[in-house]
Amino acid sequence: MALDRLTIGFLPLVDAALPILAQEHGFAEAEGLELSFVRDMSWATVLDRLLYGHSDAAHLLAPLAIATTLGRGRPAKPLAVPFVLGLNGNAVTLSQDLAARLVETGKLGDPNATGSALAREIMRLAKTGQRLRFGVVHRYSSHNYMLRYWLAASGIAPDRDVDIVTVAPPFAADALAAGEVDGICVGEPWNSVAVEQGAGRIAIVTSQIWRRGVEKVLAVPEAVLEDKAPLFERLIRALLSAGRNFIDPDSWDANAALLARPEYLDGSAALIRRAISDRILLARDTAPVHIPDFMFQHRDAANFPWKSQAAWLYSQLVRWDGLTYAAEDAERAGHVFRPDFYRGAVSGHDEPLPGASSKVEGGLETMIAVGGTQGRLALGPDVFFDGRTFDPDDISGYLEALPVVK
Amino acid sequence: MDDNPARAAIIEEGLQEAGEDEITTIVERRGLAGKLEEMAPDVILIDIENPSRDELEELFAISRAAARPIAMFVDQSDEETTEAAIDAGVSAYIVDGLSKNRIKPILDLAVRRFNAFSRLQRELHEARTALADKDVIDRAKHILMAQRHVSEPEAHGLLRSQAMNSNRRIVDIADAIVTASELMGGMDGA
Repeated sequence: MALDRLTIGFLPLVDAALPILAQEHGFAEAEGLELSFVRDMSWATVLDRLLYGHSDAAHLLAPLAIATTLGRGRPAKPLAVPFVLGLNGNAVTLSQDLAARLVETGKLGDPNATGSALAREIMRLAKTGQRLRFGVVHRYSSHNYMLRYWLAASGIAPDRDVDIVTVAPPFAADALAAGEVDGICVGEPWNSVAVEQGAGRIAIVTSQIWRRGVEKVLAVPEAVLEDKAPLFERLIRALLSAGRNFIDPDSWDANAALLARPEYLDGSAALIRRAISDRILLARDTAPVHIPDFMFQHRDAANFPWKSQAAWLYSQLVRWDGLTYAAEDAERAGHVFRPDFYRGAVSGHDEPLPGASSKVEGGLETMIAVGGTQGRLALGPDVFFDGRTFDPDDISGYLEALPVVK
Repeated sequence: MDDNPARAAIIEEGLQEAGEDEITTIVERRGLAGKLEEMAPDVILIDIENPSRDELEELFAISRAAARPIAMFVDQSDEETTEAAIDAGVSAYIVDGLSKNRIKPILDLAVRRFNAFSRLQRELHEARTALADKDVIDRAKHILMAQRHVSEPEAHGLLRSQAMNSNRRIVDIADAIVTASELMGGMDGA
């Protein structure tokens, strides 16, 4: 039988893994699909190709899928997210100089203590007219939102006390080494590249800020998802098989080597393996640290597109773009994430399915069994480091309660 | 903005011919914000494979609040033109308020020249491949000539008939012979 083709756009990052593994390990073929890939070097181009039909789907920053649907920065185009490619996997890497003043070498910083120390350092520098600069990968990225969340909760006003600029991931280590920025919040393997080059040290990781922070998604133009619905249902099942493979320790070496290939990440298998295995080298010449939830690609229904995740991203877009909460925008943003579609694809297959489509984010401090329509499902802790919880039914209340540090 | 100097030169020349004389090519990513501020450009053309696009768009997002806001071309053009530009591999950003009559010819020209450049690159690639193919075929012929004691036209005939019989390309047969010969200890005969 001839295979149906789908073209997927991606940026060379470790969290582009699932579609690549789905194709390379034959999970796509088992679903009658052949995946081809278009690699790009900027999110703008990944998005252009998606919107103008060069690709059917894309590995995309979750906030960018929301921003594109709401028409932030360009005319609105509705995108749909039927599958989450992974949670977290990013880190804040500081220049050697700044890291030396804030964290113990080779140890992961505590987000509260490191945040407070950073706030004091910023005040000290301000007295001599100096100002720290941080690089994030995109205005509409979880990196930007996580960094800002951490700074704001630490008493630092992101738009007043520091500069936050956009630096493309492949340039992040270089920008840090050259002193263009004092810190970067970027995905793997680029923190590890910076560590390896001696340009900086990983101070904290984003899973410490929000234990289950939504990261990359599979984004599809809404009309394409409707047109090719049966193909995308098969793609979701192939991606879930890839997810199971990704978290299997026996696959780590082979998968790191595969992702490192020139047509994919074109990088070092050893550095990629660190992220895959959650074993991160924080500084050069130290021992790797095991950070259990560093990169969360499959367990605990990690691939399920919760409406509440979309709602949280919308709340941060309102917060940092200086918008006013609007119920209809919240509705449109929530509609980007498509648990209904995921459910249709997985129903009747061997994969646990949550009963709800939305939840209070940050409310779980320990592993808890939850109601599911299929299979047994437990969800692990999903806390924000400052202990706040996000109720998707009260976005404006949440926004009012956040520290005002603009 | 283009990190391919040859293509940048071709675009620049075309724009000059069209009467646009204040053109600057940016290759180096560092100090982008400062350079743009200094130049105060009306139009920015960028290769869509350039990794600095997100950085550039961020600068524009900030500039929207400024006196001369820069918009994405997609804000102001028809879908067809934008699509043609993306297909050609070029993206454009325009200062707000610049007349459509001036924008359209610039973008059309960029699209034409980008397409022409891609065609040239493809042809060059094909020419290089053809040269490499010829080299492999010549080596295979020499191996056959040395081992089977045949003339060059006869060696070529052997390759061709084998290719036809096995429904493969001559270069694939030649490649197999060269590889086998190397494995057998470099009985290349050349």
